[in-house]
Amino acid sequence: MKYRIQQEAREGTMLINMGPSHPAMHGTTRVMLELDGEKIINCELEMGYLHRGFEKICENKTFFNMLIYTDRMNYVSPLINNTGYVMTLEKMLGIEAPERAQYIRVILNEFSRVCDHLTALAAMCMECGAFTVFLYMMKAREYIWDLMEQTTGARMTTSFIRVGGVRSDFPSDWKKTTRIAIDETRKVLKDCHGLMSKNKIFLNRTRDVAIVTSELAINYGWTGPCLRSTGVNYDVRKAFPYLVYDQLEFEIPLGERGDNFDRYMVRMQEMEQSLRMVEQCMAKIPKPSSSSESVTKGLEPAEAIKASRTKKPEERIKLSPNLEGTEKEKYPGILSGKKCIVPPKEDTYTNIEGLISHFKLFMRGHGIRPPKGEAYFAVEGGSGELGFYIISDGTDKPYRLHLRAPCFHIVAALEEIVRGNYLADIIPTFGSMNMIGGELDR
Amino acid sequence: MKHKKDGKVGFITTTFNSMLGWGRKFSLYQYPFITACCGMEYMSAACAHYDLDRFGMGWTRFTPRQADMLLVVGTISHKEAPVLRTVYDQMTEPKWVVAFGACAVSGGIYDNYAVVQGIDRIIPVDVYIPGCPPRPETIINALIKLQEKIQKEGHEWRFQKKKS
Amino acid sequence: MAISKEKILEDLKQKFSDNILDMTAQFGDDIIHIKKEALQDIVNFLKEDPYAFTMLLDLTCVDYQGEEERFEMVYHLFSLSLNLRLRFKARLKQNDCKIVSLTPIFKNANWLEREVYDMFGVHFEGHPYLRRLFMYDGFEGHPLRKDYPLRKQQPKIDLR
Repeated sequence: MKYRIQQEAREGTMLINMGPSHPAMHGTTRVMLELDGEKIINCELEMGYLHRGFEKICENKTFFNMLIYTDRMNYVSPLINNTGYVMTLEKMLGIEAPERAQYIRVILNEFSRVCDHLTALAAMCMECGAFTVFLYMMKAREYIWDLMEQTTGARMTTSFIRVGGVRSDFPSDWKKTTRIAIDETRKVLKDCHGLMSKNKIFLNRTRDVAIVTSELAINYGWTGPCLRSTGVNYDVRKAFPYLVYDQLEFEIPLGERGDNFDRYMVRMQEMEQSLRMVEQCMAKIPKPSSSSESVTKGLEPAEAIKASRTKKPEERIKLSPNLEGTEKEKYPGILSGKKCIVPPKEDTYTNIEGLISHFKLFMRGHGIRPPKGEAYFAVEGGSGELGFYIISDGTDKPYRLHLRAPCFHIVAALEEIVRGNYLADIIPTFGSMNMIGGELDR
Repeated sequence: MKHKKDGKVGFITTTFNSMLGWGRKFSLYQYPFITACCGMEYMSAACAHYDLDRFGMGWTRFTPRQADMLLVVGTISHKEAPVLRTVYDQMTEPKWVVAFGACAVSGGIYDNYAVVQGIDRIIPVDVYIPGCPPRPETIINALIKLQEKIQKEGHEWRFQKKKS
Repeated sequence: MAISKEKILEDLKQKFSDNILDMTAQFGDDIIHIKKEALQDIVNFLKEDPYAFTMLLDLTCVDYQGEEERFEMVYHLFSLSLNLRLRFKARLKQNDCKIVSLTPIFKNANWLEREVYDMFGVHFEGHPYLRRLFMYDGFEGHPLRKDYPLRKQQPKIDLR
């Protein structure tokens, strides 16, 4: 079958191909262009180069096992994806995470958003030729990932947010790491503002290029920073507040013209708001349910298991917080809900109730079983409204799961908005849209 | 080489083959074929924090014709497979391929209809990097392993008649 | 907040009494089951003021294998001014899996419908360019249908 662009090709024009192995196409999109000189008169996008069968594979996995696949959807901000998926399940199961867990989720979500915006802008600036900005922004991301690693044990694909709460508590010195991350990110943002926001070359390539009106943006289903750059005030965190966002004070930066520069600027200012939110959370977060700072006291796990064969253990058991889970005393603060949380490891290995509830969670046909029905829940992802639509038939596997990917709707508009612009304008336009392959192609 | 004592020009002895290997291993031009999540870790490894440039492999070329090393970073789907093979075919000899991350090594967690189960079903691979995604330290370790391999490899530098 | 949700549902019930099969709510989401012929009218009606459901949030399909009306199209509409989401559902028969396209009303329906066509094989009448979106030409079958095996691969080039 011939492509649309081939069918519509006029005489005297040139058809060229861009991607999928083009550096500015992020490896997964192919743009076909019809050019008259330097001017684009027709454009067609082909995607699906990173189609990994997310929705099909989810139908074959249990609700618990599926969490790792949500990590790899929008791989720049995996924790937001986790939150979206987990909160959809929580909506179906009718449970709510403890307050401290909600604050932990908000802190990690906002840091993920900063990472997402940093990566998007870094790639956009690099493709426009500003390699320094790329290096600076990656540096800031490393400081944030330090905190992520300290808390979750992994740099990117964390699977940290669980049904009923989060997997473990913050480490004891998390405030120090968070402070460093915030300060370093602020410094980088200031530097990048200085480098880019009034840079004439950058302005020439972004100002008044690829203007999108608010009507067009709404018609295409845009959400997130791209919609807000056209002046529409819609943010899921304000419109449908989830977690503790209604207790935090933050503003929503809006653009005026809807061009590339506004999309850049909205992201820049949103990062500042996110950091502000993290600071508020640091002040407001409730105290952990146990004050035991160190895990050095208590029985060695092997000794405890041995002792549990003859009598019920009463002493505290030493655990490494970096391995699976966290100590039993911290559980009330970070995890709640019956039949859907992994019991503390102390219980699993030393008493029969814990062992049974552990088995009940991982046995085939058991585990997390939401009631029959369907639910849609959305969170504010890095590039817009990230919605999960889950249909459950009462078993431990979803009957159908659909992801509303924000950048799918945004990239769909590219064909229209680059028409009439020049060839070189594609690169900042595509960069400002923040295309993430895993989310676009699923 | 200058001598320590009097500063006169000295000499070292080596084989031509190992000198060629030494030269090649520290001037690896790479072509990152980035598709998926591992690209984020590749970006970290290539940037200032971990800095691949320390090991003589920081120069990124975005055209396969100028590259020595193909980094396949991320999942390769069946739709992408012909593209990858074309890119590989366009690279000039000598060339090395690194399978970066679990998806490129074996298909990873995506055992389904859309994903190629390991890029060694499409192109030959020299070094496999495990991890989903691999940490930057792992990446550096793997690339140093590749350098060792290049050093030891027999390089074909003599003029050879084409076998007809 | 001009109009309440109850008012909108009542208006819909009055205007399209023949075409609305059922109205339910689950987990706080409102679900409206409609006949597939009336889809475009209902969407057009809701898009105008004072309802202003101007955004198509999502469009997808569910495969209920074994039932006579096998496919179920799911539409999520969103109104920015009312801050309200509504879910519409229409059932399609297996031997007649066709539904009217929403591309004249919403531009993002273009890609969303191509995705559903690719994954489920549902045809959209009036779609300007119905072509596979994720999979390639020459791919047989529709992967998200329940009868497509999870691991059935159809390579484009010869693998070693």
